[in-house]
Amino acid sequence: MTAYVIRRVLWGIALLVIVCALTFILFRVLPTGNPAVLRAGRDPQPHLIKEIERVLGLDKSLPTQFWDYLKGVFLHFNFGYSYYSQQSVITLIKERLPATISLAVGAGIIWVVAGLSVGIVSALKPRSLWDRTAMGTALVLISAPEFWLALIALLLFSEDIGKFKILPGAGSYVPISQDPWQWFTSLIMPWFVLAAGSAAIFARLMRGSLIETMKEDYIRTARAKGLSERRVVRQGVRAAINPIVTLLALEIGVLLGGAVLVETVFNIPGVGRLAYNAIVHSDFEVIQGTVLLASMFIIIANIVADIAYAYLDPRVRYA
Amino acid sequence: MSAAEPATLPEPGASGEALLRVEDLRVEFPSEDGVVHAVDGITYQVFPGKTLGIVGESGSGKTVSSLTTLGLTRLQGANVSGRILFEGRDLVALSDGEMRTIRGNDIAMIFQDPLSALHPLYSVGKQLIETMQAHHSVPKKQAKERAIELLGLVGIPDPKRRVDAFPHEYSGGMRQRAMIAMALANEPKLLIADEPTTALDVTVQAQILALMERLQSELGMAIIIITHDLGVVAEMADDIAVMYAGRIVETASADAVFSNPEHPYTWGLLKSIPRLEADRSELLVPIPGTPPSLINRPSGCHFHPRCAYAQPDHSRIDPALEPVPGDPGHYVACLLEAEVRRKIWAELQEGARPQEAIAEVGLEDTAPGLEETSG
Repeated sequence: MTAYVIRRVLWGIALLVIVCALTFILFRVLPTGNPAVLRAGRDPQPHLIKEIERVLGLDKSLPTQFWDYLKGVFLHFNFGYSYYSQQSVITLIKERLPATISLAVGAGIIWVVAGLSVGIVSALKPRSLWDRTAMGTALVLISAPEFWLALIALLLFSEDIGKFKILPGAGSYVPISQDPWQWFTSLIMPWFVLAAGSAAIFARLMRGSLIETMKEDYIRTARAKGLSERRVVRQGVRAAINPIVTLLALEIGVLLGGAVLVETVFNIPGVGRLAYNAIVHSDFEVIQGTVLLASMFIIIANIVADIAYAYLDPRVRYA
Repeated sequence: MSAAEPATLPEPGASGEALLRVEDLRVEFPSEDGVVHAVDGITYQVFPGKTLGIVGESGSGKTVSSLTTLGLTRLQGANVSGRILFEGRDLVALSDGEMRTIRGNDIAMIFQDPLSALHPLYSVGKQLIETMQAHHSVPKKQAKERAIELLGLVGIPDPKRRVDAFPHEYSGGMRQRAMIAMALANEPKLLIADEPTTALDVTVQAQILALMERLQSELGMAIIIITHDLGVVAEMADDIAVMYAGRIVETASADAVFSNPEHPYTWGLLKSIPRLEADRSELLVPIPGTPPSLINRPSGCHFHPRCAYAQPDHSRIDPALEPVPGDPGHYVACLLEAEVRRKIWAELQEGARPQEAIAEVGLEDTAPGLEETSG
């Protein structure tokens, strides 16, 4: 097991280097806005652009730039400085991480709890009115993009532009340390919007998995033993949840992608909006930093999910 | 619908009151293609400490009738009628809650494939303990000790260590032993074993049957053994019921079924088992055709399309289970004359083929699809 974890972590690091290289190529080699031009003001003199490029290190050859970046990241934990605000990328991310964590954790809880419980209830009464309604709604939520859902939510419930003015609207986020109640209410809409798609996918997965499991022989055995129906269902859920754990990790990536859009629409000062703004401003260093952070989360989540799988299913052994 | 048969009830034998008495039990499943008549008016009884073998092909209703005894088919939406008297209580009339207190407690069941019948993610010990705790308030420590004791009782080596192992860490035979241990956890009065040896190696089969016999003599429980394998019932059963298309077509003591079988289907079953002591030139005679659909069953005698001895009017008349003259406790549902049946069986025992036997007794040969098949 230990050997397995070490091997997975080493692979994870290799993967991060590859992600680094890909973002590097994506934003510097392929034609995007030249950050030096963007920063030089209107009608800039060519020598000014040259000067800015020199300051930002953009005049060096691409392999040198890449090598310098990797050295900074892996040797000094230095992710560079924003072209735009001159602040260190680490500081920028650190400042914004609490908001993103608030958003992601809350959405994650809603996602798992709502997804699994709706799936379980649907599976136990397949083709009932509840099941059809829930699965129909799930299909809509899977198909709807987050930014659209976010706008609809604002138009329905926000205090400023909503039809039912019950929840704080865009830009109302405050850190939990400042005002816990406002923190909570301002995040209700973003949480649900961000969780909606993933929860819907999980409800459908859980439903399918549990319906199959409830047909298994060991469920018949559980009933034949005289266990209460509640315990029988618990045994079914225990077995049905296993294949879904692996998908949990995959879905975290989708959730982080959604966070960029949700933070942007709800104007939450998180890492997602930082990334969005960085893309708008061709702020390469910040893009690199946020992409690396997100990749790291996804890689860690996958390792954790695989390890959790071994604990959940005694038949799985890693070597 | 079939012609309703009178519920001919075999008289109680010497052992007195029956533990389980099934009367005119019918189980029907509504389906998209029509009503499935899985069990169609069967009557049998099991005496305390005795073994009843229910024999038949797959789809003959033998498993469904047993699951119904446990109240498990109605959970799947089956229509159940008739009576299942267990110690005088009618199980068909009990509520789901009352039925649950009997399942796994007074009546326990073991299944064909022990690997799929055990939960893969719980240790064997945990599955044993929850069986006890579902019916009795036993402290966990005590339950675990009892689990170890039970595993030892069914012959699992090193039960102290094995109790924490998972089903996939057991061998096939050990899994079935663990299933039996689980069934015995609450000392049931009746154990239903549904094809308990079918999924096992031949050598292990004999061990499991010997184990069940030993436990029966030690614990005094009654057993219903469901199988398609006459070899299994020959070894274990006191009485045998032969099922075909949801009905019992012949029932008698095991000795009577093996020495004087009365139903052509039973003959077919007996003649299709290879025997070591038989003359090697003796051919196996398979039963032609396949079991009928339980939605659209053949008219008249349900067996007539596959019966070598069927006469023209057998496709119209539905036979009832009736006593065999001169053999008390032996019942058969066959339209042939008792005298004719006896002659045919005598011919068959001498190695005659069905066609030869027909010619010998002067019956009309209407056998459909009965082609020469060498074994």
